[in-house]
Amino acid sequence: MTDKLVIADREFQSRLLVGTGKFASCEIMAEAIEKSGTEVVTVALRRVDIENENDDMLAAIDRDKYLLLPNTSGARDAEEAVRLSKLARAATGINWVKLEVTPDPYYLLPDPVETLKAAEILVQDGFVVLPYINADPILAKKLEDAGTATVMPLASPIGSNQGLQTRAALEIIIEQANVPVVVDAGLGLPSHAAEAMEIGADAVLVNTAIAAAADPAEMAVAFKLAVEAGRTARLSGPGAVSRRASASSPLTGFLRNK
Amino acid sequence: MIITEKGLDQHTQHWPSRLDNVTAGDVERALSRPAGTYSLEKLLALVSPAAEEYLEEMAQQARQLTIQRFGRTIRLYAPLYLSSYCINSCRYCGFNKDSKSERKRLTIDQAAAEAEIIAGEGFRDILLVTSEDKEHVGVDYLAELAGRLRGSFSSISIEVYQMSESEYAKLFAAGIEGVTLYQETYDRPAYDYYHPAGPKSDYENRLAGPDSIAAAGMREIGLGALLGLTDWCIETLALAEHAHYLMKRYWQSHVSFSFPRLRPARDVERSSFKHLLTDKNLAQMITALRLCFADAGLVLSTREGADLRNHLINLGITRLSAGSKTNPGGYSAGCDSTEQFAVDDNRSPAQVAAMIREQGFEPVWKDWDSAFGIDH
Repeated sequence: MTDKLVIADREFQSRLLVGTGKFASCEIMAEAIEKSGTEVVTVALRRVDIENENDDMLAAIDRDKYLLLPNTSGARDAEEAVRLSKLARAATGINWVKLEVTPDPYYLLPDPVETLKAAEILVQDGFVVLPYINADPILAKKLEDAGTATVMPLASPIGSNQGLQTRAALEIIIEQANVPVVVDAGLGLPSHAAEAMEIGADAVLVNTAIAAAADPAEMAVAFKLAVEAGRTARLSGPGAVSRRASASSPLTGFLRNK
Repeated sequence: MIITEKGLDQHTQHWPSRLDNVTAGDVERALSRPAGTYSLEKLLALVSPAAEEYLEEMAQQARQLTIQRFGRTIRLYAPLYLSSYCINSCRYCGFNKDSKSERKRLTIDQAAAEAEIIAGEGFRDILLVTSEDKEHVGVDYLAELAGRLRGSFSSISIEVYQMSESEYAKLFAAGIEGVTLYQETYDRPAYDYYHPAGPKSDYENRLAGPDSIAAAGMREIGLGALLGLTDWCIETLALAEHAHYLMKRYWQSHVSFSFPRLRPARDVERSSFKHLLTDKNLAQMITALRLCFADAGLVLSTREGADLRNHLINLGITRLSAGSKTNPGGYSAGCDSTEQFAVDDNRSPAQVAAMIREQGFEPVWKDWDSAFGIDH
């Protein structure tokens, strides 16, 4: 299979990225990550002690197997996100960052103005930036112009499990993008993930739907399969959607005998 | 100001009769609304006597919603009491200025030493607590202490006397990111009775406190009523109206609720309080608030006993204190100064963490970072 996801010159077999919040224990998290087949695992810098190798959560993620993708969840503005990214890079050497600027503490919606500002600074400073954004096609293009490695538009508010509420805007972003589009946030079921892949997303990121499931490891398997199915379907060229032809032609039937 | 914006004074007088008139059908309608969204009517139904019959269903919904929003996690924090000198006369408090108990105030060095003990137990989230006497613990003291603690703690918050916006702003700049300020009671006559003297005796000034906290940029605002002073249903409604007002106006600050029930304290006779809550009342209050505020932090201290705390983490609680000492210097061996109130859960932090794990949750010691807010 040569169909690979490429982000900033790095190749991945899996198109499922996984988040690490909300799990009942680090062991359960580690098992779910393993079963998901993912190669990219994102970690909230607020949640871990990034300078401490023995941090419970960090220790549970095998850095030889997975790309550890720090995120700036909780940052209220560009300045905080940039500062946090630099501290993480200084402590770990990782120059990839999932940029999250979420000044609203309830829906955790991304701030477009501050996200663009932070992305410009971080790209200039040599970071590989994967920005979390609302499904805003113009913002996606501006971020691409600023040099981000992907765009990560949300499907619906984070943790809401509501699926592709932003589908119409996502389709425009996918159509216009020259960088990978990773649908992030709000995917509650494997069918949502499959739908995102079917409309042409390059990858998806899932956290709550796996972590809050009764059996996170099995749900991780289900998402793995759904992402593969959706991707395969996309590449297979789905047939056109049409209604069955009407048996009669109420408006034009009269022409038949003319 | 919440009083004018929410018409608090005009509306509260109608709440008791509205609560009595809630029907089973009203409760069922409230439970069919999307879990986690607020309206006064919905909360009124959920805290009403009629909703008592629906407590199990409320609990099921609250648990499911909390797991979806917060995951299977419980945050842990520890309080650090700095001083028991006080110029207020709150009738329910062991640090009341008229209480004959001996007073103690930690120096900044002593407080830092206590904090090291707390950090050694695994905590990264600390709550600095003091009674009201700026002579003993002033804004500069708190700012300096916060600076000393930043290396060991990822989150520092305060539960202290009310301050001005500029004082809160100074503390925010020093690395303090959250403030807890209880109204104690939203009932004016009760407020006046329980706070007969001192700066805290002004009801409206107290009510404006969270506005100053939010305006100063604080990330977390802790609200609460001291449960047992008046009818808990009415307090819950007023508390929710206050929270809703703050959330709409200060959209970048996160609101959390605490549930302090009256506890035995020195020179405070608990039997003199006519509105004490049963465990069932408390559970109804917690679940009702969760079903109206999906993302609010719900905080439970060691005022409550081990068994009840074990159960309530399944009903919407997201933060617990553990191993708490409520007397200044209490973490150091050999110090037996007066407590603010008697602690009812004496388990060690490790024991509380083990209980959380046994119940299928992860104890979270760190969920913030000192890199937020201030430049190093």
